[in-house]
Amino acid sequence: MEIDPFIFRLSIFILSIFIGYYVVWSVTPSLHTPLMSVTNAISSVIIVGAIIAGLAGNSDSDFTISNILGFLAISLAAVNIFGGFLVTQRMLQMYKKKKKDK
Amino acid sequence: MIMSANLSAIFYLISGVLFILALRGLSSPETSRQGNFFGILGMTIAITVTFLSIGSFSTGLIYVLIFLLIGGLIGAFIAYKIPMTAMPELVAGFHSLVGLSAVLVAISAFLNPEAFNLGSIGNIKLASLIEMSIGAAIGAITFSGSIIAFLKLQGIMSGSPITFRGQHLLNALLLILIVVLTYLLCSTQSSNFFWILLAISFLIGFLLIIPIGGADMPVVISMLNSYSGWAAAGIGFTLENSALIITGALVGSSGAILSYIMCKGMNRSFFNVILGGFGATEQSESSRDKEHRPVKSGNAEDAAFLMKNASSVIIVPGYGMAVAQAQHALREMVDTLKKNDIKVTYAIHPVAGRMPGHMNVLLAEANVPYDEVFELEEINNDFANADVAFVIGANDVTNPAAKSDPQSPIYGMPILDVEKCKSVLFVKRSLSPGYAGIDNDLFYKENTLMLFADAKKMTEEITKNL
Repeated sequence: MEIDPFIFRLSIFILSIFIGYYVVWSVTPSLHTPLMSVTNAISSVIIVGAIIAGLAGNSDSDFTISNILGFLAISLAAVNIFGGFLVTQRMLQMYKKKKKDK
Repeated sequence: MIMSANLSAIFYLISGVLFILALRGLSSPETSRQGNFFGILGMTIAITVTFLSIGSFSTGLIYVLIFLLIGGLIGAFIAYKIPMTAMPELVAGFHSLVGLSAVLVAISAFLNPEAFNLGSIGNIKLASLIEMSIGAAIGAITFSGSIIAFLKLQGIMSGSPITFRGQHLLNALLLILIVVLTYLLCSTQSSNFFWILLAISFLIGFLLIIPIGGADMPVVISMLNSYSGWAAAGIGFTLENSALIITGALVGSSGAILSYIMCKGMNRSFFNVILGGFGATEQSESSRDKEHRPVKSGNAEDAAFLMKNASSVIIVPGYGMAVAQAQHALREMVDTLKKNDIKVTYAIHPVAGRMPGHMNVLLAEANVPYDEVFELEEINNDFANADVAFVIGANDVTNPAAKSDPQSPIYGMPILDVEKCKSVLFVKRSLSPGYAGIDNDLFYKENTLMLFADAKKMTEEITKNL
């Protein structure tokens, strides 16, 4: 009997939860704010679905509601991707060690 | 050229792995910047592969790029302009966007299932329909919940809890209704149930967050962070996309762990926080009597004198420092102290501020080296040997009642042992009790000096007097 592909996706999902569990526990508490902003940015990989929705179907310029919702979702996710990664970068740049010459 | 489904699946897997590395990098500040780069790379791969796998470029492509650009510019602008003190609001706002885009993608897939290989309208695959409903419902809850959190953090909405009779019963009924609606949607394929499901989910997000007070925001933000992950994972199952499933699981567990850490920092159970209403209670009789006890209050000169004669000082920052934007002034004060060969360290309570790590970011912004900043368990033993504790904008996290008074609402909460210091300086605007609505015995101690002023002004004045 064949295994439903859903089971494979479920396996990926469950194993990723475990990976997330161990990886996040090893994040140093002083970087918890950047952790939140970067998880925000990466969860916007949902833009993949938005792009598919935006480009779905027709080749002429008649857009369905489905396309338009896709466009909107692209914008929202893009705000998050650019905003999330850049603000994380900005924060991480501020974390400095004590200067040795002092 | 159209990329084969197998090849693009491999690339999605690669971007999923890069996202894991992005989080892994955050285990230390040195590797964190590289981690962020991995994240950006993973995202670039995911977006590029999506374009290549669709292949047939119609006029729609131009629109996609325009909308991508508009969003990107807005995001970049916000990222450069936002002050570090506003980080909790920003994160809450960003969560709402993830939630809303999950909802939009789910609606789009529901209206045009062929484009996503999910069947046809009125005949969508059962599994996809369930995944879609879950993704859309969690997305909607994340959206409206984050909006409320944002409004509370921004001060547009009052931070005090809004409670009413039958609140929990209503929430429970609505949650059951969601399950029922999902079942009806699957058995009838009628779009009406889908719309009602969405509307109720928006309502639940709203109702879940209004009873939760301002100082519980660290838990709320972490929780919404987690939800945004589960929403993304739900959509990932619908789209059969491993990058989304991996990311959703990572973000979901990340937010859950942060919520757990925050709850532990307050010694409260997750449900206790979520049910809300904390901090709304009136002060108890006994604490009202204490109001009349004498306190010693001083000015900047007294504080400067105390610190000048100390050999070690521990700084305890709290939300008040963020409100007064006092981090730069604080850093200048510490610089002056260090010139006088006084050892200065910072002690951070896990729930100081309005989000996990809030204080650390503000201190980093003010150029405080991160190896001078310590977490509660690292530094708590040092208070007994320190000469001065300088508490700036914190209150409840130093309250000894958490250890001594079983009647206290914060009993059992881990606190910073500020009381063990030889002398304690409290920068506070007034004697008013903290968020938990309870009096702090420390204010009335023999060796405590209260500095009633705005945190920033007081710190600047102390520096002048050093």
